[in-house]
Amino acid sequence: MGTFIVRRILVALSVALTISIVSFMLLHLSGDLAASIAGPEATAEQVEQIRIDYGLDRPIVNQYLEWLGHALQFDFGRSYYYQSTVVDLIVDRMPITLTLGGLALALAVCIAIPLGVVAAIRRDTWVDRLALLFAVIGQAMPSFWFGLTLIVIFAVTLQWLPAAGSDGWQHFVLPAIALGYYATPAMMRLTRTGMLEVLESDYIRTARAKGLSARSVIFKHALRNAVIPVVALAAVELGFMLGGSVVIESVFSLNGLGQLAWDAISRNDYPVVQAVVLIIALFYIVLTLLADVANAALDPRIRTR
Amino acid sequence: MALLEARNLRVDLPVDAGTLHAVRGIDFHVERGEMLCLVGESGCGKSMTSLALMGLLPRRARLTADCLDFDGIDLTAISARQRGGLRGLRMAMIFQEPMTALNPSYTLGNQLCEAFLRHRLGSRQNARERAIHLLERVGISAAAERLDQYPHQLSGGLRQRVMIAMALMCKPDLIIADEPTTALDVTIQAQILRLLRELQQESGTAVIFITHDLGVVARIADRVAVMYAGEVIEAAVTPALYARPSHPYTRGLLSCIPAPGKTPPGSRLQAIPGVVPSLVGHVEGCAFRNRCPLAEARCETTPPFMALNEGHRARCHFADRPMASATPSQPETIS
Repeated sequence: MGTFIVRRILVALSVALTISIVSFMLLHLSGDLAASIAGPEATAEQVEQIRIDYGLDRPIVNQYLEWLGHALQFDFGRSYYYQSTVVDLIVDRMPITLTLGGLALALAVCIAIPLGVVAAIRRDTWVDRLALLFAVIGQAMPSFWFGLTLIVIFAVTLQWLPAAGSDGWQHFVLPAIALGYYATPAMMRLTRTGMLEVLESDYIRTARAKGLSARSVIFKHALRNAVIPVVALAAVELGFMLGGSVVIESVFSLNGLGQLAWDAISRNDYPVVQAVVLIIALFYIVLTLLADVANAALDPRIRTR
Repeated sequence: MALLEARNLRVDLPVDAGTLHAVRGIDFHVERGEMLCLVGESGCGKSMTSLALMGLLPRRARLTADCLDFDGIDLTAISARQRGGLRGLRMAMIFQEPMTALNPSYTLGNQLCEAFLRHRLGSRQNARERAIHLLERVGISAAAERLDQYPHQLSGGLRQRVMIAMALMCKPDLIIADEPTTALDVTIQAQILRLLRELQQESGTAVIFITHDLGVVARIADRVAVMYAGEVIEAAVTPALYARPSHPYTRGLLSCIPAPGKTPPGSRLQAIPGVVPSLVGHVEGCAFRNRCPLAEARCETTPPFMALNEGHRARCHFADRPMASATPSQPETIS
């Protein structure tokens, strides 16, 4: 188990390094940075001055190493637009995105796994059909549209919950439902398929031959094995929700990382864009690592290899 | 009184084409402490019979019987909960595939102790002690350390030994072993057979041993029931069956076993011509007649289960004929 984790961490570090290179390069490939910082009305001299001020005239490897060195000390420079450092901006916005992603994932897991289990046990009954219908709707419906529908019903018509903002827990209910529903179908289907497969397996027959109760057969023997791939999927989906919550954040005017990235891109605020890309990528890497470790903890065939 | 008695046991499965009569009214009994072999080729209903006895039939299967008594308990009348109370405790099962019959996610100790704890036979410590004792008994070294291992760390032969220990945990009255050696190497097969026979004799547990291999039967069984197309077509104590096989199918099976010293080297292996009839829908008359060298017009009628000697019966119109004339004349051969 120890060597397994060390190996995974080494892989994760090399992926992180690669992503830092890519995120750094992407901006430099998107055009002349000095010109876009200076703006359309700047003279050639002003652009040159900016190029020297920002160190953009030096070799790109030096620029990258310098940026990386600062990044390792959590220094991503200052925002071109906001009167604040990039780190302060991110620290300010991150809790909102993390709260939203965490709530959405918790909601998705709490619905997807029980529903998948019930659908598998009651295969080909109306319960199974309803669960599949629920999944198909979730997959087919764009999340922004579902978010708007929630606003119309619960914020505008019923006035139970606020439509926009990020001040209290009430503000997170509707966005978490919208984002969580988006993540539910894939997890539910994977749970259902996994359970169906596992319930057919020989060791379930062995468990039943011992006289174990249906509950213990399903929850101890079947779910434990069926849920292994779902854990990995959940981690990846959380990464996706952190990075991809930009749509939901703008529908509900939540000032999270997604919103920040979107604003930064539209304002050519490169230090912010770089930092957000890197941070979301790091989240992804950490989550994948956690998924691997969780998988190993659940599956002794991986753990003891 | 017999430990287990089945009369007119039937298992029907609805399939797309109609109803599959997997087990078509079989009679058999098992005495305490004896080993009964159910023999037959794939699809003859032997596994369905074992699942029916355990109450593990697929949900859509329908079981009926005039009598299915286990130690005075009518198995067709009790609730699913009562059934669960018997499984693992008083009747246990060993399956064919040791590689997949154990849950990969739990330690051997966990899986061994499970039935013992489920049936409240004692504390965790008692269960562990019994598991260690049984693992040692089935020939597994370092038994205490094995309890913390996972199934994938063991070979197939060892896993089957664990399965046997697991079946013995609650000292059951009956063990059903469904082809427990089929998936193993020949050398391991012999060890496992010997072990099963020893354990059965020392614990006095009755065993229903299911196999397609008459060579195995001769070595371990007290009595044999040969199944064909969902019916028991011949039943006898083991020596009688080998001395005087009375159903043409039994004789066919016996002639398929190459015997060292008797089968000349280079000669062709024997096989029974034809295929097993479809069990979907009603089967009229003798189910073996399309493959039988003796078949006549009267085989269109269902033959009686004719009593030949004490405990020896065969379901054939010609079962009481002398043996020589009934040997298959021209068996099909495969090279």
